[in-house]
Amino acid sequence: MKRRVLVAMSGGVDSSVAAALLCEQGYEVVGVAMRLAPDAPATGLKRRGTCCSHDDFEDARRVSERMGFPFYVIDLRADFGARVIDNFVSEYLAGRTPNPCVMCNREIKFDRLWTRARALDADFVATGHYARISRDSAGRYHLLRAIDASKDQSYFLFTLGQDELSRTLFPLGVMLKTEVRARARALGLANADKPESQEICFVADGDYARFVERSAGHEQVHAGHIIDGSGNILADHAGIHRFTVGQRRGLGIAAPEPLYVREIRANSGEVVVGHRSELNSRGLIARDVDLVDPATHHTDVEVKIRYRHAPLPAHLTIPSPRTAEVRFVSEGPAVTPGQACVFYRGEEVIGGGFIERALQE
Amino acid sequence: MSTYLDHNAGSPLRPEAKAAIARFLDDAGGNPSSVHRAGQSARRMLETAREQVAALIGADARQIVFTSGGTESNNLAIFGALKAHPARRRIVSSSIEHSSILKPLEALENVIRVAPDREGRLSADEIASAIESDTALVSFALANSEVGTIQDVGAIADAAARGEAVFHLDAAQAVGRIPVDVAQLRCDLMTLSGHKLGAPAGVGALYVRDAWALTPRMLGGPHENGMRAGTPNLLGAIAFGAAAAAMREHFQDEALRVSTLANELLAELFDTIPGLRLNGPIRDRLPNTLNLTFPRVLGESMLIALDLEGIHVSMGSACAAGAVEPSHVLLAMGLTRDEARSSLRLSLGWNTTRNDIARAANIIPRVWQRVADTEPPGASPRGHMEHLQ
Repeated sequence: MKRRVLVAMSGGVDSSVAAALLCEQGYEVVGVAMRLAPDAPATGLKRRGTCCSHDDFEDARRVSERMGFPFYVIDLRADFGARVIDNFVSEYLAGRTPNPCVMCNREIKFDRLWTRARALDADFVATGHYARISRDSAGRYHLLRAIDASKDQSYFLFTLGQDELSRTLFPLGVMLKTEVRARARALGLANADKPESQEICFVADGDYARFVERSAGHEQVHAGHIIDGSGNILADHAGIHRFTVGQRRGLGIAAPEPLYVREIRANSGEVVVGHRSELNSRGLIARDVDLVDPATHHTDVEVKIRYRHAPLPAHLTIPSPRTAEVRFVSEGPAVTPGQACVFYRGEEVIGGGFIERALQE
Repeated sequence: MSTYLDHNAGSPLRPEAKAAIARFLDDAGGNPSSVHRAGQSARRMLETAREQVAALIGADARQIVFTSGGTESNNLAIFGALKAHPARRRIVSSSIEHSSILKPLEALENVIRVAPDREGRLSADEIASAIESDTALVSFALANSEVGTIQDVGAIADAAARGEAVFHLDAAQAVGRIPVDVAQLRCDLMTLSGHKLGAPAGVGALYVRDAWALTPRMLGGPHENGMRAGTPNLLGAIAFGAAAAAMREHFQDEALRVSTLANELLAELFDTIPGLRLNGPIRDRLPNTLNLTFPRVLGESMLIALDLEGIHVSMGSACAAGAVEPSHVLLAMGLTRDEARSSLRLSLGWNTTRNDIARAANIIPRVWQRVADTEPPGASPRGHMEHLQ
């Protein structure tokens, strides 16, 4: 009996090749494209280069036709709105910088999509993520970095627990991106050379500040002052959601040295700026922490505090359940509340959480 | 193993249509408009097909205009009738029509859209009283494609005749499922679709009682009695004619068989799925059409799960991206969005067997149970912002 796998397909190269590989490996593949973003407002804006457009679905459909597996579009807009977009908006309004891809993985791809998969009698959900899952002799699952370090997406997947990992397949985790593209060309996939999507998929024009304002309504927007470390007012701003810690551009302040956002104070609406050296931090506090081994208390780890950042050596302490204190071994860069902080030991993701605040001392 | 229960979307090719296509492909080609004998031969085939289609609805062959399908027929009826009666402005239709009527009417002004009752019935009184001296066109489906409700057209035909308005019936779904006779229905225009009755897609017809009703929209040669320029789709028309003739020949047996099977399936599903509801009326409904609201499931999941089990049914209509949208007909009938999202259409047809029905009666309740157990709809907490609608 073939094992049935539901493959989440975006129309991009990665998920297309993932589906094709699973076909070759003998799985019964069912392709699905998820309708996630609300329909673009009637401005004639095309959702170009993002993952939910009609053209992208057509690309995914062509792959399914070529490989000969069934393909369906499923509507998860309500779930995505309630579980990802609302969180995105409220995080920005609270002065944090959310990572909607992490939330989408946790809430949609490995939760709601799995309930859909069970309804379809599927054994697994698969995606085109670059990450690996291994199973040890004790039957426990481990989430590992991808072979292709430059493409590794394990950062976005740290929330996956034993249940999720046991029913998930990442066929691309052992491949290099160049190999994936070559496979796509060899398979004759029309999208082999399609550029990667970079923007947040539900913000069609990339203007997330306006998206937040439109979604929340202007009365929710928290305007205030831009201040320096001593509390001097340097300028006014139109809303804390327009800022992220570490940001340099768009502050609208003339200064002899470049100024960066150091801190966003949601209560007072103050955005604190400073020089580059003032951004550095000693560590951070993370909340909503998930750990592969719940018995973890103190351990040395490497942490990634943004997807594109290099991992930093750090010491991890768990002072209370679902909370983590991370101390960088040497001084660390700007810490952005709302982003994911993922703990690695070697190749393995041993847990992660969402950054609450930086530690300066 | 697969069981096709989506005849209202398109009926599989009838063997008689297939045979006619095969004969045609072996034959020498010719343009029915040509003077030479090859042309005469093609013309003979086309006119035979026209007679066969006409006979299906009690029309005269000269009243049949071949088109590219139901959508073109509806467009021709609407825009052609308006063009023929430029002094009149008003159009009376309904909110439960096929997109090939809804969309053309969206492009026009002075359209009155009558709403249906809970079972999809349009009020003949309401339509009749909406017809005034400036009404150009009365247009709606004889039988609704999604729930199968058959409209009572007698009083409407009277009112249209009194108001001297063109009376158009979209019978794409009704023809072949119930007896359809243009003399009895007293319509001026009637839409027919080939692939709904076992001909290939890409061919249809518009019955035109007389030239008073219609001014052509496609201009060119004198084809199709001057009503639709362009060399007709000869292959399609021949297959359409053969399918129509076969349907006419087997109509009594087929109608009885299909309606018996549909009723058996309905009874089985009622027995095994507590809370199941049939949309549309018990009587005055296309006997092949079962539109069902399944409790505690998303129709989308049911549709896909059934498809993976080899049972092909449908739901609402597909958007451009291929996602299913809740049926506008069910919403117009007063179902909630959640109810409409939990509804599927099963439609039987000429090739449905007892074995198909036994399979469906076995698999559908099982799939429903699984989907209901794994994924109750609305399980996701709603956020404080409403992102949809």
